[in-house]
Parts: sequence; structure tokens; C-alpha cells
Amino acid sequence: MTHDGFAAAVSDAATMIDRSVRLTRRNADTLFVSILLPLLMMALFVYVFGGAIETGTQYINYLVPGILLLTTGYGASNTAMAVADDMTSGMIDRLRSLPIRSFAVLAGHVTASVARNSVATAIVVLASLAMGFRPSAGLVEWLAAIGLLLLYVLALSWLAAGLGVIAKSVESASTLSFFMLFMPYLSSAFVQPETMPRWLRPISEHQPITPVIETVRSFLTGSPMGNSGWIALAWCGGLLIASFTLATVLFRRRARR
Amino acid sequence: MIVEATNLRKSYGRTEVLGGVDLAVREGEVVALLGPNGAGKTTIVRILTTLTRPDAGRATIAGYDVVREPTKVRGVISLTGQYAAVDDNQTGRENLVLVGRLMHLGRQAARQRAGELLDRFGLNNAMNHRVKTYSGGMRRRLDLAMSLIGDPQVIFLDEPTTGLDPASRLTMWEAIAELVRDGTTILLTTQYLEEADRLADRIVLLDKGRITAAGTADALKAQIGGQRIELYFAEQTDAIKAVDVLGGVADGTLVNLPSDGTAAHLHAVLDELRSQGLQPVRVSSHRPTLDDVFLTLTA
Ligand SMILES: Nc1ncnc2c1ncn2[C@@H]1O[C@H](COP(=O)(O)OP(=O)(O)OP(=O)(O)O)[C@@H](O)[C@H]1O
Ligand SMILES: [Mg+2]
Repeated sequence: MTHDGFAAAVSDAATMIDRSVRLTRRNADTLFVSILLPLLMMALFVYVFGGAIETGTQYINYLVPGILLLTTGYGASNTAMAVADDMTSGMIDRLRSLPIRSFAVLAGHVTASVARNSVATAIVVLASLAMGFRPSAGLVEWLAAIGLLLLYVLALSWLAAGLGVIAKSVESASTLSFFMLFMPYLSSAFVQPETMPRWLRPISEHQPITPVIETVRSFLTGSPMGNSGWIALAWCGGLLIASFTLATVLFRRRARR
Repeated sequence: MIVEATNLRKSYGRTEVLGGVDLAVREGEVVALLGPNGAGKTTIVRILTTLTRPDAGRATIAGYDVVREPTKVRGVISLTGQYAAVDDNQTGRENLVLVGRLMHLGRQAARQRAGELLDRFGLNNAMNHRVKTYSGGMRRRLDLAMSLIGDPQVIFLDEPTTGLDPASRLTMWEAIAELVRDGTTILLTTQYLEEADRLADRIVLLDKGRITAAGTADALKAQIGGQRIELYFAEQTDAIKAVDVLGGVADGTLVNLPSDGTAAHLHAVLDELRSQGLQPVRVSSHRPTLDDVFLTLTA
């Protein structure tokens, strides 16, 4: 029974991942809703608004990358709530009074979050294909798009974990994560930024979601990438490092009051 | 001393919660921290279990410093907190196995230990049900079972029976008594005098972040005289006036005072009251209980 060293840390993280995945399965209706909502949004935009939006291509081909990021927003918001639930219930005291790395607790949540998001994103992609999405991507482009999305989801999940740690309750975690759901609407997800009012355009063009969407869109549909690929990587990498650091430091601090 | 704390201080903002607490527990001893709401019981437990940092003072568990060697401390203790620390959406068995795995028992051993504890705490029938369907008593028992997985040297129980009905409380007491018989070192907190008297070798009275008295139940009782007189009044104002005249403590319309148990003393008390125009409705006399200790020493 040793509690030091790398093997122990991996074993603790594995146990906590196992727990988070099980709790996700038991909370399937939340997962269901967080997949259903982006699907409804997609249907709404494709069948109702889409006809009125000019993007120079088949609207669904323009729309899908944005819907994927919208999906990850819902997923991240669930993660924030799951972490907040742990932080505000007695369970966190139990976990923290055990000789385990505090890292393991958040790692469990984040890994489960990435898994949830992957499932949700895959379902949304399949649905979009059924609704007429016709990507031009080959295998390499698909892998590149998936890689970037995974990096983005990982960064967003750590951010969500950090929000869950600061939140005073599950409800406030849900409120705090509202901006993750709102940001895609202010990006190039649904309409081209050039069509937005002058004051809004810089916000839309310089927020992290737009370059990620542009890059995924370019990989999947062959639209011009420009330098958005590098910008997207920089945003995701920076967000990942910042969120990871913040979440783990806050976790230790919050727990030590 | 397996638990040793000196001069623990803690404030939240301007509110002082602990004003210099000293505490020592011998190996195999059962100590009860007895105090009303807000006395600082949970704060002491959280400091000793590494969950909260003291502002000043020092504490060691089995020789390990709670601030500098938290992981070592966590390896030898277990905590059953004031609010059951269980996963509602896992089954009882899954909760136990989870802790076993985190204690690095190995998958097989964790399952086996979980099985033993489910048996011992009468949770066999419910082991595959989600914890959210459990009654308060079952949750508490599961919580305690989870604390025992790693065979801890020191067990902390923060108000183990608060909120339980009398039958569940009795079951919990029996479970704790069994630990006591096994010779486990236990520090428990409680608001119930009966609980402290029943389970603990030694009682430490805590009030407003300070220790006001400590000793065995008998020693504490001895500290406040051989007998107690209780005087019941019709009006609370009369009870308060009676305390002004006689001393003792008032609790509603009841006045409680020390006595030597002689008829002469009782006479003197009643005469004194009459001279002030006070007339108790009823009088009784009894050997001191822990309630009296509490009322007297923390009033
Ligand atoms: N995190 C915190 N922030 C601010 N005040 C706190 C915090 N934790 C405890 N307190 C305050 O410290 C005091 C002592 O609290 P503590 O929980 O230790 O008491 P207790 O004896 O366990 O009471 P109870 O019987 O109600 O559980 C209370 O007045 C409480 O409001
Ligand atoms: Mg308490």
C-alpha cells in the first residue's frame, strides 16, 4: 500500500476516471439533453433560418463546424456542474482526506468530459451527414480536424473544471459556464463576421472560437484557412495551460480553507 | 500521544473560531469533543484531518505534522464528516470499492473488504442500490464503513449520529462501540451528552473555540458537587430572579443549582426564595448529569 510515485498517481487517476464515467452513465438524461440541444439548433438553422443566410455555399456545410463547437460548450457546462457538485458535497472532504493526489480528482472529471464530448460530437456529425452535410475532407483532413477539436475540448474541459472549483453551488457553476454556451453565437459559427455590425466584428474575429471554427471548416469543407490554423493552435494551447494551472491551483486553495 | 495539538487558532475574517486549543489523545483512547453549535468542533476535526490549515499552533497525528506532511497523515487517519461523504449515484458497494481502490488495496482485495464491511454494517441487502435511495441511518453507516476500509490508526467522527432517529442512533452507537472494543483510537464530536458519556473514555468540553473543561465523565460530574436541585417556576422571569438570588443556572422556567444533598440546604434555599416572594411550583433533586456539567461549565 504505497501512495507515492508515478504508478500510484496513475492508479488514482484511473480510479477517478472510472468513477466519473460511471456517474456520467447514471446521469444519462443530462448527456442526452446536451446532445439534443445542438441537434435542435442545427435543425433550426438548416431548415428555418438557413435559407435567409448568405454564406456563398450550401448553408449546412458552413454551419456544421460551428454546431460542433456549440456541442462542446454544452458538454463543458456539464463538466463545470459535475465538478461543482463534488466540491459542494461532502464527497470532496472524503477524497481529500485520502492519501491521493488532488490532481486525480480533476483528472477524472476532465477525462470523462473529453469522452462525453467525443461521443456527443460524433453523434452530431452523424446527424449532420443525415441532414445533408457533404464534407470534402479526406482522411488526413478528418484526423487534423478531430485532433484540433480534441485539443479544444481538453482545454475547454480544464476551463470548465476550474469554473466548477470556483463556483459556490451547482447552479452558479451553470451560470458561470453560460459564456461558453454564448460565445459561439458571437463567432463565425452561424453567420460570416463581415455581416455583423462594425462594433461587433472585432469581437467576433478575435475571440478564440472563430479561428477554431475557421480551421475545422477549412479542413472539412476546403474553405480558405488563412492563418487561422496557427491562431487556433495558439489559443487552444494557451487556454489549456492557463486553465490547467488555474484549476489545479484553485482546487488546492479552495480545498484548504 | 497519537494525536497531539497545541495552541490551535483559527479565525474566519474577524471571527475567532478557535482561540488556542490544546488536545492530546493516547493510542487506543476514545475522546469526545462535546460542544454546542458553532463551538468549533468541526474546525478542530478539519484541521486534524488536514482539510483546513490552522492560523497558528501545531498538530501531529502519529508523529506526522498535519500542515507539513498531509499525505502521511492521510495515510493513517480516516474521517467520517458531519455530512455523509458518499456518492449518491453510485451503489453502496461501488462507493466502498472506490475508496478501497484509492487506498491501493488492489481490485480483488478492495472488493473483498467492501463485502466484509457491507456485512458488518448490515448493508448487504442494499449494496447494489444507489445510495440516493438509502435512509439517513444507512448513509451514515456506509459513510463509516468507507472510513474503515484502510484500517486507519485514528478515526475522526464528526457528529456521527446528528439527525438520526433513536433506532438508527442505537445501531450507530453499537457500530462505534465495536470499534472501541477493537482498540481503535477515536476522536468524536457530539452535541449529545449521553453519546459522549456512553462512547468516550474522556470528554473535552468545547465552547466558543475554547476548551472549558476536560476529564472522564465521572470527574466532570464530581466537579460540580454531589447533588443538583431543580426548581420549576411558573414564569421564566421568576426563574431569572431566582438565579440572581441563589446562583446556579436558568433554562427556561427551570433553575438548576448545586447542593450537598442535605435537607437543611433545601430548606435554606426555599426560605431564601420565600423571602424574595418567589415560589417554585415543583422541586426535585438528582445526581448530576452531563447536562448539568454542560450548563454549569459553559454558561
Ligand atoms: N469556511 C468558513 N467560513 C466562515 N466561517 C466559518 C467557516 N467554517 C466555520 N465557520 C464558523 O466557525 C464557527 C465554528 O464552526 P464549526 O463548524 O467548527 O462549529 P461546530 O462546533 O462544528 O458546530 P456544529 O455543531 O453546528 O457543527 C461557526 O461560527 C461557523 O460559522
Ligand atoms: Mg460541526
